[in-house]
Amino acid sequence: MASVDVQNVVKLYRRDAEEVRVLDGLSLSVPEGAFVALMGPSGSGKTTLLNLIGGVDQPTSGDLMVDGTNIAKLKGPALARWRSRSIGFIFQLYNLIPVLTAIENVELPLLLVPMSSAERRRRAKTALDLVGLGDRLKHFPRQLSGGQEQRVAIARAIVSDPKVLLADEPTGDLDRKSAEEVLNLIERLNREFKKTIIMVTHDPHAAERAAQRYHLDKGVLSN
Amino acid sequence: MLKLVLVNLLRNPLRTFLTMASVTVALFLFCALGGILDTLQEAIKVGSESRLVTRNKISLVQWMPISYRPRIAAVSGVKRVAVQNWFGAQDPNDPHGFFAQFAVDDTWYAVYAKDMEIVQASPPMAQAAIPDGVDPKLASYLLERPACVVGEALMKKKGWKLGQTITLTGTIFPGSWPFTIRAVYRAVKKSFGEETMLFHYEYMMEKGLGGQDWAGTYILELSDPSLAGAVIRGIDSQFENAAPATLTETEQAFQAGFVSMYGNVPFVLRVIGLAIVFSILLIAANTMMMAIRERTGEYGVLKTLGFSDGAVFGMVVIEAAVITLGGGLLGSLGAKFLVGGATVPGGFFPPMSVYWGTVLTGIGIAVAIGAVSGLIPAMQASRLRIVDALRRVE
Repeated sequence: MASVDVQNVVKLYRRDAEEVRVLDGLSLSVPEGAFVALMGPSGSGKTTLLNLIGGVDQPTSGDLMVDGTNIAKLKGPALARWRSRSIGFIFQLYNLIPVLTAIENVELPLLLVPMSSAERRRRAKTALDLVGLGDRLKHFPRQLSGGQEQRVAIARAIVSDPKVLLADEPTGDLDRKSAEEVLNLIERLNREFKKTIIMVTHDPHAAERAAQRYHLDKGVLSN
Repeated sequence: MLKLVLVNLLRNPLRTFLTMASVTVALFLFCALGGILDTLQEAIKVGSESRLVTRNKISLVQWMPISYRPRIAAVSGVKRVAVQNWFGAQDPNDPHGFFAQFAVDDTWYAVYAKDMEIVQASPPMAQAAIPDGVDPKLASYLLERPACVVGEALMKKKGWKLGQTITLTGTIFPGSWPFTIRAVYRAVKKSFGEETMLFHYEYMMEKGLGGQDWAGTYILELSDPSLAGAVIRGIDSQFENAAPATLTETEQAFQAGFVSMYGNVPFVLRVIGLAIVFSILLIAANTMMMAIRERTGEYGVLKTLGFSDGAVFGMVVIEAAVITLGGGLLGSLGAKFLVGGATVPGGFFPPMSVYWGTVLTGIGIAVAIGAVSGLIPAMQASRLRIVDALRRVE
């Protein structure tokens, strides 16, 4: 069964009087447990496609089945709830909350489910241990390196155990060594924990880690 | 999520402190101004149902003959008649430190016996005849023509001591006026006040009026408060065609007359108070909006993680309410405990009152400021499109 099934999705943006067709009848099927890389030039619609799959944006037309749910039909609080349970996001610039410690950042998604604070803390610690930062729980983002911040962000993305991870240029802001560490971690999440991973990247070296690579150009997908 | 609100409050402690401080100052001023209005209300309450005041019908500053006194005393329902004359001198050591002085006769102390207690008194040098109803501790005062009785708060303020001779400079009655402090009184009711000096009416007549006998006001004690209406009619009708005619009214009405001289001041104070509150509303709203704008990306991330628009809305409103409620509590309660009880210079008014109603109104306004000033940024944050918010970060 496909974990992510994008069917004939169109996304239009209106800029003043002009209409920009970012995605033009795009279809994509990602099996459960797959590791897919999306590549393409800037403005090709890669991030837009990722946002649609993640329920962060809504398509102009078409259907999006993610983990068995047609998210194109979801709106507002229902979409937010679905997102918190089903999707983990990894951003290029980590997007950690600077006034929260590492463990507090990782706990954030768990604030949305009924859970004791002790259980929340335990799960957050487990996630941080998994990414190799069990000794950095009380550190603030400013006290971490770029690679460490990205690993905290990955811990946050997996703490609620979503089936799908969406990574938007996860190594774009990292040096080679940190990038390798992060890619190793993402690969491990796919291999050991069977997470379905869709990764947008400009880096061919990063894309090689994926089992399948797609090229997106002017809203059209090719293998 | 409340922890997230708390860390956001502490994110820029200086800004949070200054915003809270501005709300504190605004609510302090609002409640202090409200306290002035409350005090004016309190001033009207000064007075007893058992007392009336008779004055010259034309003007309070005009005299009445002393010969009116026995005629007033003869009216059915009048238990006692005392004389009270405004003196209006200055302390040359403290010309701006205004306080009230009244020249009163001995009966005055009997009329006000329940409103004050003598807490310090010089021992008398001889046997004194104590009029009926007058505290015997006033014996030394009664024996000495230039003696005076001073309120306890005024004693403390001026640093005077019992037995000290003080000299005032007359304004209405020019010249130097020495007085010896022979007793100190403490108010039984707060509204009576403790910043007044009382001395012998005869001293004022002899030294100030060359022995002429005039009364500024007559203070009447009634045998039965329910007779007030009849007594008023009985007195004023006697002198209706005399020169001067009299105006007799209850003590509260007499006090209210002073308050009404302030005209529209209560209205002006209310307008000022509201203007202050509105200004602070704008400042708090602007500060909140700046703070929210800085965190646009973070709200986008929270929404991406699954926080609903309602949750984001709530966090922003609560943050605003904490700042304004914290400031509001400090300002309102600060006014209650710092301003409340302070003495109003002059002795015309009772000590400052800040009613709990005014405090609760201030706190309510603070909460409203928080809700309203947080509303716009909360709506902006909750309506923020995630893609737009994240784009601003990257």
